[in-house]
Amino acid sequence: MGWQEIAALIVVFAPGVAAAVAGLGQRVLGDRGAMAITTGLVLAAAGAAASLFFPLVFGTHAEGAHHETLVLATWIDVGPIVADWAIRMDTLSIVMMFVVTSVSALVHIYSISYMEEDPHRARFFAYLSLFTFAMLMLVTADNFIQLFFGWEGVGLASYLLIGFWYKKPSANSAAIKAFVVNRVGDFGFALGIMALAFMLRAPDQFLNPDGSVGADYLALLGVDKFSSVKFDTLFGAIRADALVQPFGAATAVPIQSVTFEFLGQYVYGLEIVGFLLFIGAMGKSAQFLLHTWLPDAMEGPTPVSALIHAATMVTAGVFLVCRCSPVYEHTVVAADIITVIGAVTCFFAATIGLAQNDIKRVIAYSTCSQLGYMFFAAGLGAYEAAMFHLFTHAFFKALLFLSAGAVIHGLHHEQDMRNMGGLRTKMPITWGMMVIGTLALTGVGLPAVEGLHLGFAGFFSKDAIIETAYASHDTFAPLAFWLSIGAAVLTSFYSWRLILMTFHGRTRADHHTFDHAHDAPVVMLIPLGLLAVGAVFAGGVFYDAFVEHHNEAFWAGSIYRGEDNHVLHERHYVPLWVLLAPAAAWVSGLLAALYFYGLRAGLGARIAASGGPLHSFLSRKWYFDELYNFVFVRGAALLGDLFWKVGDRAVIDGLGPDGLTAAAKAGAGGLSRLHTGYLFHYALVILLSAVAIGAFILFGQGRG
Amino acid sequence: MNDLPILSMVTFAPLAGALLIAVLRMLPGGGGRGAQAIALFATVATFLLSLVALGRFDADASGYQLVEDAPWFMGTTYRMGVDGLALSLVLLTTFLTPLCILSSFGSVKERVAEYMIAFLILETLMIGVFCALDLVLFYIFFEGGLIPMFIIIGVWGGKNRLYAAFKFFLYTLLGSLFLLAALVYMYLETGVTDIAALQEYIFDPDVQTWLWLAFFASFAVKLPMWPVHTWLPDAHVEAPTGGSVILAGVLLKMGGYGFLRFSLPMFPDASELFQPMMLALGVVAIIYTSLVAFRQTDIKKLIAYSSVAHMGFVTLGIFSLNEAGIQGAIFQMLSHGVISGALFFCVGVIYDRMHTREIAFYGGLVHRMPVYAALFMLFSMANVGLPGTSGFVGEIMTMIGGFQASSWAAAGAAVGVILSAVYMLTLYRRTVFGELTNEKLLDIKDVGAVEFVVLGALGALTLILGVFPSLIFDLTERSTLDVLRLIGR
Repeated sequence: MGWQEIAALIVVFAPGVAAAVAGLGQRVLGDRGAMAITTGLVLAAAGAAASLFFPLVFGTHAEGAHHETLVLATWIDVGPIVADWAIRMDTLSIVMMFVVTSVSALVHIYSISYMEEDPHRARFFAYLSLFTFAMLMLVTADNFIQLFFGWEGVGLASYLLIGFWYKKPSANSAAIKAFVVNRVGDFGFALGIMALAFMLRAPDQFLNPDGSVGADYLALLGVDKFSSVKFDTLFGAIRADALVQPFGAATAVPIQSVTFEFLGQYVYGLEIVGFLLFIGAMGKSAQFLLHTWLPDAMEGPTPVSALIHAATMVTAGVFLVCRCSPVYEHTVVAADIITVIGAVTCFFAATIGLAQNDIKRVIAYSTCSQLGYMFFAAGLGAYEAAMFHLFTHAFFKALLFLSAGAVIHGLHHEQDMRNMGGLRTKMPITWGMMVIGTLALTGVGLPAVEGLHLGFAGFFSKDAIIETAYASHDTFAPLAFWLSIGAAVLTSFYSWRLILMTFHGRTRADHHTFDHAHDAPVVMLIPLGLLAVGAVFAGGVFYDAFVEHHNEAFWAGSIYRGEDNHVLHERHYVPLWVLLAPAAAWVSGLLAALYFYGLRAGLGARIAASGGPLHSFLSRKWYFDELYNFVFVRGAALLGDLFWKVGDRAVIDGLGPDGLTAAAKAGAGGLSRLHTGYLFHYALVILLSAVAIGAFILFGQGRG
Repeated sequence: MNDLPILSMVTFAPLAGALLIAVLRMLPGGGGRGAQAIALFATVATFLLSLVALGRFDADASGYQLVEDAPWFMGTTYRMGVDGLALSLVLLTTFLTPLCILSSFGSVKERVAEYMIAFLILETLMIGVFCALDLVLFYIFFEGGLIPMFIIIGVWGGKNRLYAAFKFFLYTLLGSLFLLAALVYMYLETGVTDIAALQEYIFDPDVQTWLWLAFFASFAVKLPMWPVHTWLPDAHVEAPTGGSVILAGVLLKMGGYGFLRFSLPMFPDASELFQPMMLALGVVAIIYTSLVAFRQTDIKKLIAYSSVAHMGFVTLGIFSLNEAGIQGAIFQMLSHGVISGALFFCVGVIYDRMHTREIAFYGGLVHRMPVYAALFMLFSMANVGLPGTSGFVGEIMTMIGGFQASSWAAAGAAVGVILSAVYMLTLYRRTVFGELTNEKLLDIKDVGAVEFVVLGALGALTLILGVFPSLIFDLTERSTLDVLRLIGR
């Protein structure tokens, strides 16, 4: 076992051990013990992850990670459905390991101070570590079922953390909403797994007499063992366009063109698997239609928002799509759906961000919007660009959230920006951090200069996506391009609006709060500083490896691109105005924000107060919550009552036992007779029956 | 042949305990604590004996093992034997019963000795159902098991126990009569009562249809399937905690066991004929009862409806008629036995303290009962099928199997997975989370040592089976393949 394996074990299981120890032993350890153990172990995991990640970027392995999978145990093994507990180590998972553990470690440190006064700190830290463990199980899975384990595991941790302050009804509602909406996505994910298990079966002609899969078929796929739910089996089959024979099908068909019946429709296998898995991704990554839980999730403590609802868990959907690049490279409809949903989300969420007053909700909608960028990039085939934006976004969005947390902390849990303003002098460091985060988010940099990498993190990753959208020949690429430019304007506007409303102008906070406002303690500022370093440099430093000259060596096959997919390269040939457009977007957003919230301060508030239909539409978030409440929540309640009171009571019981009782009552002249000793009657019936059978048998045998 | 009649020992060890209690009860001062100790000893011994049986069982061999054969009364045969399916259900029974006995120490105060006797007899009959390899023997165990259950509900039950028992009576009696008629017919046609021989016998397809329907009448009520499920919520609500645990944990499984032991292997053509209906009924049960569960105001009723929904997955898995589905269904039965048992224990914990099952009465329990809150959370999550718990494995495998039979069925079942989260998390929120506002709850005590042992054991099992389900799959694989061979798939 080399260092790579040892490091991977540390990365995955150190947080798991931390969660178990802190969770089960919190009474013995106390708060301090629990915090020390969890933070220490997660830091160790981050160190181990860094030791895997940096050599990939800078170094020694010209050909990237030597891909391997560490199988720990068999989980499920039923027929061709084999799922191991495993740690898959390729570039894709190592990038995720690094992002997850490093942000998690910083959030652990930050929380030591942020949660200082909370009586349940031990529990909080146990949950944070549990989340980290589940997220790592997700990204290191080598099959869809372990991925699903992590997928729902992070959902559990998110539920527990959103509802961490379980006294608050709003926190409880938000926690349930997050879990249930995610479950709607998981409905798709689970069906995707089922469709895969149905479709991905070795053809009869390749089976050995004992039913196992023949060696030549395994060699074709490039795997040691066949499993319907394993990545390598699926991807190997797709690469080789191997024959597969869906369950019960008479003949085998190449996997890229296999069709089967799904809900009455004949569908292409890869299309339907890709589509269903993406429904899961929509839930987890809060994409349009399944986005409603994310803003409510802000009920949780702010470090949670930074870790789960910005940097890691919500990006799991993007990771899933990139992980399944071999599938989406061979789909048209599914990939287009990803592009459209991503593009719509990036714009839609940004519009809502314009009209929110809760500082955390603005950032939440921003997250939603940025995830949209990642998705349409992946939908257009630029998985590397999607992953790059995921990577940079993790740092600057965590920075923004934790800075917002510092503001909230400094103002004694005030989150409404209408009650802020003028805080720059009171908390200059926090202001600086927030500005860095905003510069990174809005993508400030020096465009169109060959060979000079100057800009904040988001500049590199976001512009790469926008250029991709222009360069792509996909039908929906123009839609994505224009929506993303529009979203970039809005992003800049709401981000600077946030800065201006919070830190500038005359304060709207009450005297007492304002006078006591202060920068956060140093334990909170250190993580902010480190994240700021990431927000500044993560773009330029990693640009080459993720999406430029070295990207093929870096990804080393962990992302698959079809033969005719050159979109990442073609973006180099876009016209100059496309390169300048994002810059124009952030400049115009900044100017508009300065006008509304600086020069003509109060104009924004007046627009809000006038209550125009457009403003209400945006501030009420396009009325999605109202619609869903009406249709689904009330619908379920109505149906439940109907089935219970009419179905069960009136119809089934009414015609069945209760009806019989009534009839018996009428016939027997009162319930009393029935109530005496029917147990005995029953026993008698059974006894008599047994005797009767015995008699029959005796009689029968005598006769025979 | 085995030299040691281990299955009979497992089956009748509880009965021996019951007899001992009965005898000692005649002596002065022989009730109460003595009865409890004997019952616990007898059930633990039974569990250990069942482990011995497991040790002697060869999971790789097909067919029935540990077979005991002896001539019996009136020319019938006393024939016992198990395959992996039966043995796993026996283990579930022997594991759950001592926990029920243990938990009753604090909650059953009246007629203690009689309660223990009823429970021990019940255990013997339940184990017998799974071990019997002769139709007559099976029928006696199968129907006999209802008597102690009736007594447990009728004597130690709640206010409405008579109504509940009566409902149970009507449904099961109806089922039994059909079952009895079918058994008699089968004997008359074949001249044997040996289950293994009957499985190999080929009935005429028309006959199969009728026999299948007769068995269906009995097993559908037992499972229970929609629309003959309404006796279950009432029975649960009225039953004492131990009764509910056994009812949900073991008795319901007899329906699934019956389908796998009789309906599929003996009437393969009819099973195929009715497959669409059964898949539809399974899915209807999942969605319908999940929605009903969502609207319940009584904790126990909610969990009872949830049980019906989870047994819908069992129906779905069995009648997918493929390996993934059947393996999943068996696993789901065992997993549900553990999880629903644990949930009923959880209800029992607060019922014993407050004597109400109204959801509205509770709220904010986490402030006084953190350990309880954690355990209840674990079982709630297991009930919604969170991966890592046993609940997930059963659901995903039955759905994978169901998909192979009909994507509609799988999609419908997957809707149920969303709904289970809705009702379970709502229940948890209303009882455990929130402010503690009810003054009566201010002094409520967290779980005691005995309760912790019971719930801890079930929690550990839930997680172990969730992470290493192969412990079960390896045991039941051969019997699943045997069933598939018999139905020609």
